[in-house]
Amino acid sequence: MDFILGMLLGLIFGQRNERTHIRSLEQREGILFPIVKLDNRKRIKDPQTVADAQMVIGQAVMASDYAKTFFARWRNIFGGEMKSFQSLLTRGRREALLRMVEDARRLGATEVWNVRFETSNISMATGRSGMAQVEIVAFGTAVRRAEPITQVLA
Amino acid sequence: MIIVNTEEVPNRQISDVLGLVQGNTIRAKHAGRDIMASLKNLVGGELKGYTELLTESRRQAMDRMIAQAQQLGADAVVNVRFTTSAVASGAAEMYAYGTAVKLAPKPQPIPAPQPQLQPVAQPVPIMENNQPPVTQNDAPAAY
Repeated sequence: MDFILGMLLGLIFGQRNERTHIRSLEQREGILFPIVKLDNRKRIKDPQTVADAQMVIGQAVMASDYAKTFFARWRNIFGGEMKSFQSLLTRGRREALLRMVEDARRLGATEVWNVRFETSNISMATGRSGMAQVEIVAFGTAVRRAEPITQVLA
Repeated sequence: MIIVNTEEVPNRQISDVLGLVQGNTIRAKHAGRDIMASLKNLVGGELKGYTELLTESRRQAMDRMIAQAQQLGADAVVNVRFTTSAVASGAAEMYAYGTAVKLAPKPQPIPAPQPQLQPVAQPVPIMENNQPPVTQNDAPAAY
């Protein structure tokens, strides 16, 4: 009974949750990514025009649903790619990155340099080892330019 | 206090490196959040309660790092990194570390040179047939 209920909840609400989340991600990415340039190199280009630099952070804790956990256990027997967890982590990473970019926008930045991701499993910390609970952090240095860089055309 | 995760503060010179500064915090979940999270675990997706909790504790770890840097008299912390680890069941550790540095005083902004319009002394000859206008300087030099 528990199993059937869990599977149903996972399949119906989990899938619906995922779809709404992906839609919201796409919408926000469409607005923000053309404005803010992301770069994961350490050295900031043209440092003389930088007006302000500040670290920005975005994070998200993602959990798998009952159905995903079940399929993942099944997958554990045969090996291979765990598609269900892959989409979970991708969503979490996109969410964390978006939150970081939103933070950068709040500071009026147009660029984020040295973008890093960190992923850690906190399911042990919350006491449920069967369920995947993953924390994803994205952080970088948001940069506001004093003036728009004028590109010299050769 | 300037906090960046690049190796240097853009547009500023590092005059003195004061050493590693760090801050950590170990946070436990609380029951209300855990009940909500366990319900959420059935349907999956983001656990907003835990995100909030971890954001808060990361902020606290960073504040401790910043306080340590201020004690050293730093102007900025560069190359900041984070680590999260589950230390015991029911608790997560947040760790933030970076290098405290002193910055050289900000250089005075140099005013951009204003392009000054020079009065044109002579009317510029209009080029015809792509031939350069003949001026006196074009006369062959005497050896």
